[in-house]
Amino acid sequence: MAQHSTGYTIGFAALVCVVCGVGIASAAVALADRQAENKKLDQQKQVLAVAGLMKEGEVLKPEEVKKRFADNIKPEVVDLKGGVAAQGVDPASFDQRKAQKDPAQSREAPPNNAKVLRLPNNALVYKVMKDGKVDTLILPIEGYGLWSTLYGFLALDAKDANTVKGITFYQHGETPGLGGEVDNPKWKALWPGRKIYDDKGTPQIGVVKGQAGPPASDPYRVDGLSGATITSNGVSNLVKFWFGPDGFGPYIQHLKAAGGK
Amino acid sequence: MDKQTKGVLFDPLFNNNPIALQVLGICSALAVTTKLETALVMSIALTTVTAFSNLAISSIRNYIPSSIRIIVQLTIIASLVIITDQVLKAFVYDVSKQMSVYVGLIITNCIVMGRAEAYAMANKPGISFLDGIGNGLGYSMVLLAVAFFRELFGSGKLFGIEIFKTVNDGGWYTTNGLMVMSPSAFFIIGGMIWALRVAKPSQQEKE
Repeated sequence: MAQHSTGYTIGFAALVCVVCGVGIASAAVALADRQAENKKLDQQKQVLAVAGLMKEGEVLKPEEVKKRFADNIKPEVVDLKGGVAAQGVDPASFDQRKAQKDPAQSREAPPNNAKVLRLPNNALVYKVMKDGKVDTLILPIEGYGLWSTLYGFLALDAKDANTVKGITFYQHGETPGLGGEVDNPKWKALWPGRKIYDDKGTPQIGVVKGQAGPPASDPYRVDGLSGATITSNGVSNLVKFWFGPDGFGPYIQHLKAAGGK
Repeated sequence: MDKQTKGVLFDPLFNNNPIALQVLGICSALAVTTKLETALVMSIALTTVTAFSNLAISSIRNYIPSSIRIIVQLTIIASLVIITDQVLKAFVYDVSKQMSVYVGLIITNCIVMGRAEAYAMANKPGISFLDGIGNGLGYSMVLLAVAFFRELFGSGKLFGIEIFKTVNDGGWYTTNGLMVMSPSAFFIIGGMIWALRVAKPSQQEKE
């Protein structure tokens, strides 16, 4: 192989970078719409799953997911501080994750165990409608586990705004097999029936070490994930945070006052 | 197909398997083989990347300054991997979610880099492309075989279709927990290497 001058080497490197850069950029731009569509669809699937409208392992075509979503679920943008529906924000185009990063639409979160750094002013919740009434509330939750921020949903019975109907995490980077077991259907099945708030209205639910009793006698505790203490604690913290006064606390109080309408 | 082409394409399957003989690319073989579906997508992704990186590197091999050739190879490989990842996200979102970081880790897969440096830098583009496909197939074969055993014995399924009814679903088969953990891939690959070297004594390393 011939020796090349320094100028040639630098020029060659620059050329390779430009060609590769253009290739990646065009692929990213060309596929962006499809990816966004997939992401939205995945989000809708997660909402359907946590609402119990889609069974574990059920395979649905994209159109069916969209139809089921549109038929049963009403998204609503909620003003977190005020605890009421936000005015003048379109739920269809509202992106909570984006809003959270935008200084104009978010604020610094007070110190918390869930390690949530920024709080959006508005949050996107989903209402599952049944015979014209709100049957289930689906609230977005997020917080830090061991390695990563866990993003998920918690489904709450709208009648008492206290009983858990389901939980799911749609994005996280916890260790597969240990913390990653938050995805395990068997573990998720331990949640329905448990209560979030105690009689005083303080969020009490948490993941404990070892086994918890059945929901009827042991309503505020959920079995821990073996080998994943920090992820388990993270889940406890994030649920407590999002149902506390800085999260959906005001919203849920309003709902209770309105009699679950 | 002449003899050389055939050799380049099919030698990596048994005679010169990148995993079994060269013992390259083991890391991803552990990670993505709990299910056949992810193993299949990973195989296709790796084969595509190896083939096209060989093609691209081979076609500019005479112009690459030798002092920065590894960097150039890596840049090309990394670009191809990112594009592959984007395509997966756009077309098979669910699978790409399960594979998470491992697609990105194709960049560090020794097979891609090894073939680029050892073959594509010294051969013509056409034959380098085939060499990439051949090695990709060799990798795929091992990956799919490992995934077959792990999914069948680990969760009683193949491609997500139930083969053995598991105890959890009210059947008779008690799933083998070891099979869903990474170490089982070591045992299976080890067994395969052993079997291959017994069948082809020329692959045995001399003491």
